[in-house]
Amino acid sequence: MRHHLVLRVVSKLLIPFIILYGLYVQFHGDFSPGGGFQAGVIVAAAIILYALIFGTDRAKQVFKPRILMVMAPLGVMLFALTGYAALALGGNYLDYDWLAQNDTAGQHIGILTVEFGVFLTVVSVMALIFLAFAGRTHEIHDDDW
Amino acid sequence: MLELFLAKYNYWIVILLMMIGLYVVVARGNLVKKIIGLNVFQTSVFVMYISLGKVAGGTAPVLTGKNELFSNPLPHVLILTAIVVGVATTALGLAIVVRVREAYGTIEDDEIEEIERQDMAGDLEGRRR
Amino acid sequence: MTGSALSGIMPHLPALQVVVPLLSAPICFLLRRGLVSWAFATVISWAAFATALLLLQAVLTDGTIRYEIGGWAAPWGIEYVIDATNAIVLVIVAGIGAVVMPYARRSVAAEVPANQHSLYYTAYLLCLAGLLGVSITGDAFNVFVFLEITSLSSYILISAGAGMDRRALTAAYNYLVLGTVGATFFVIGVGLLYMVTGTLNIIDLSARVPALQDNRTIHVAFAFIVVGMGLKLALFPLHTWLPNAYTYAPSTSTAFLAATATKVSVYVLMRFLFVVFAPTYGFMALTLNYVLLPLALIAMVAATIAAIYQYNLKRLLAFSSVAQLGYMVLGIAYGSVQGLTATLLHLFNHALMKGALFLAVGCIMLRVGDVTMLGVRGLGRQMPWTMAAFVVGGLSLIGVPLTVGFISKWYLVTAALSDGRWPIAAVILASSLLAVIYVWKVVEAAYFKEPPAGRVVREAPLSMLVPTWILVLANVGFGINAEFTVDVAQTAAMGLLGIVP
Repeated sequence: MRHHLVLRVVSKLLIPFIILYGLYVQFHGDFSPGGGFQAGVIVAAAIILYALIFGTDRAKQVFKPRILMVMAPLGVMLFALTGYAALALGGNYLDYDWLAQNDTAGQHIGILTVEFGVFLTVVSVMALIFLAFAGRTHEIHDDDW
Repeated sequence: MLELFLAKYNYWIVILLMMIGLYVVVARGNLVKKIIGLNVFQTSVFVMYISLGKVAGGTAPVLTGKNELFSNPLPHVLILTAIVVGVATTALGLAIVVRVREAYGTIEDDEIEEIERQDMAGDLEGRRR
Repeated sequence: MTGSALSGIMPHLPALQVVVPLLSAPICFLLRRGLVSWAFATVISWAAFATALLLLQAVLTDGTIRYEIGGWAAPWGIEYVIDATNAIVLVIVAGIGAVVMPYARRSVAAEVPANQHSLYYTAYLLCLAGLLGVSITGDAFNVFVFLEITSLSSYILISAGAGMDRRALTAAYNYLVLGTVGATFFVIGVGLLYMVTGTLNIIDLSARVPALQDNRTIHVAFAFIVVGMGLKLALFPLHTWLPNAYTYAPSTSTAFLAATATKVSVYVLMRFLFVVFAPTYGFMALTLNYVLLPLALIAMVAATIAAIYQYNLKRLLAFSSVAQLGYMVLGIAYGSVQGLTATLLHLFNHALMKGALFLAVGCIMLRVGDVTMLGVRGLGRQMPWTMAAFVVGGLSLIGVPLTVGFISKWYLVTAALSDGRWPIAAVILASSLLAVIYVWKVVEAAYFKEPPAGRVVREAPLSMLVPTWILVLANVGFGINAEFTVDVAQTAAMGLLGIVP
C-alpha cells in the first residue's frame, strides 16, 4: 500500500492515540468499565492497523513475533503468580485482600497486576493471530474466491 | 399477538440468530462459512445473556455514590469470557482450515470428502496387497 | 518440616489441583525444547496425581471440601467443591495423565514433527488443567469455561496427527464444529437456569431448581444441557466426531483423551441431572427413561457391531468407546443408586481398559507404523508383551471375570435385574458377546497369522511398555479386589442422589 498517502498519514496520526486510549482503558480498569481484555484488543487493533497499512513484513520488524511469543505466556504467568502471591501471604488463591496491609489497597494492586497480565496476553495473542494468518503464503489467487 | 412479539423482541432476535447460525453450520459446505455460522450461533447466546441482565431504567453498574438503579453486571462478565472463548475457537478453527487448504488444496466439504474417499480406497488397496 | 509445609498447603490443594497445571502450560511453552518440555510436563502430571490422591483421601475421611477462589463467598464467587464423585474423576484424569506422560516421549517423538513437541506438551497441560477444572468446580459457568479450555486444547492434540495423516485435520475440524455447538448448547442451558434462579452456583441451583420442576424454562434448560453434554460425551447419534478424531490423532493423544475427556463429560451430565435437576416426575424424569435409556441400548449394540467391521485398530477401539459410553449412560438412565454406582465404576474401569488398549496400539504404531488388521499379523510372537497387554485389555473390555470389565458389567446387570428389567440385562450380555468378536479378530490376526515376509520388528521400548503394563495390571488388580472402588463409587452415587448413608 505504498501509494496510499492519505491512509498512511492518517494511520500514522491515529496509531499513537489508539494506543493511548488503550492504556487509558487499561489503567482505569479498577475504577470504571475497562480492563485488560478491552485495552488489549484496542492496542492490538493499532498493531493490526499498522500491519494493514505498512505491510506484515514491516509490522513483524516492529512487533517481533519472537517477543510477542514470550509476552503471551508471561501475561498468563503474571495472572497466575498474583494468585500464588496471595496464597503465599496467607489468603486463598487470588484473594487480593492479602496483597497489602489494607483490603482496598490490596484489591487495587491485585486487579491492576492481573489486568496487566491479561493486557499483555491479549495484545500479543491478537497480534500473533493476525500476523500468523497474514504471513501465510500468498498462494490463494483472486479467481479462487 | 403482536404485543407478545414486541414485548419479548430480544428473544425473537436470539432465536432468529440461533437458527441462522445453526443452519449455516449444517447447510454450508465451505469450511470458512461453517465457522462464520458458528460465530453467529455463539453471538445469539451473547445477546441472550446480555439482554437478560438488563434492568429497565438501570445504568452501568459504576458506584458513583448516588443511589442509582443498576443493570446486572454479572452476565456482561460471563459474556466477556464467552467472547474470548469464541475468539479462540474461531482462530483455532480458521487455523485448521488454513492447514486443511494446504493439505487438500480445497476448503469445500464435498471435495474434501471425495479426496478422503480416495485416501480410504488407498488404505483398502494396501490391505489387499 | 515437610510435615508442617504439607499441612500449610493442604487447605489450598483444591486450587493447586487446577492452577499448577494451568500455570505450567505457559512455562512449558517458554521452555521451547521438546525434551525439557516433556520432562516438565511429566513432573507436573505426577504432582497433579499426588494432589488428586490427597484430595480423595481427604474427602473420604472428612467429607465434602469447599474452597472459595479469591476469598469470595459461595453464591457470589466461584467455589470449588469436591465430594466423593468428583474426587474419583480427578484421580482418573490425573492418574491417566501421570501414566501416559512417561510413555509420551518416544511415541510423540515418532508421530509429531520435532518443532511442535513443546507446543504439543503445552496443549496437553492445558487439556489436563481444563479436565481437572471441569471436575472440581462448583460453578455452572466455570464448567463451561474449563470445558472450552479442554476442548480447544484437545482439538490441537488431535490435529497434531496431521504429520502422519492429513485426515487428522478434518477430524479435528469436525470435532471443533460439533464440540463448539455442544458447549454453546450447554451455555444456553446454564443461561436459562440463571434466568430463572438467579444463581450459577451448583449447590445453590440444587436448592432452587427442584422446586421448579414444572417451569417451562427449566425444561428447556434441561434439554439444552442434556443435548450439549450428549455431544461432548459422544452419546449415540451424536458420536460422529469421535471415531475419526481418535483414529487420526497421535497415539498419546488418543490414549489420554479416550480415557479422560468423555468421562469428564459423563461426570458433568451426572452432576447436572442428579444434583441440579434431580427430576422425580414429569418431562425430565421421562427423558431418562424414554430418551437416554433407548439411546444407550442402541449405542451398546450398534457401535459394537460397527466396531466388528473396522480394519483400523484405533477406529475399532473408538467405536468400542462409543459402545462403552452407552454402558455409562445406561447406568445414568436407571437413575438409581445401583445404576449410578455402576456408571461411576465403569467410568473408572473404562479409563483403565481403554488407556491400556490405546497405549498398546501406540506401541504397535511406533514399531510397525501400521495399526490395521494387516499390520498386527504375527505380532503375537514379534511383540509378545505388547500383544499380551492388548489381549488382557481386550478381555477386560469383554468383561471376563478377574478383570475390571467384569466388575462394571456385574453391577450394571444387577442394577437392571433389581428393577426386574431383565431384557436390558440380556442386551448387556449380548453386546458383551459381540465384543468377543472384535477382540477375537485382533487376537486371530496377531497370534494365528504369519507375519508379512521379511518384516523385522522389535518389542516396544521399556519406557512405553511399563506405562502400558501399569494400566494392564491395574485392570487385573482392581478386577480381583474391587472392594475399594465399589465402596467409593457407592458413596459417590449416594452423594449424587442426596441419600445420607
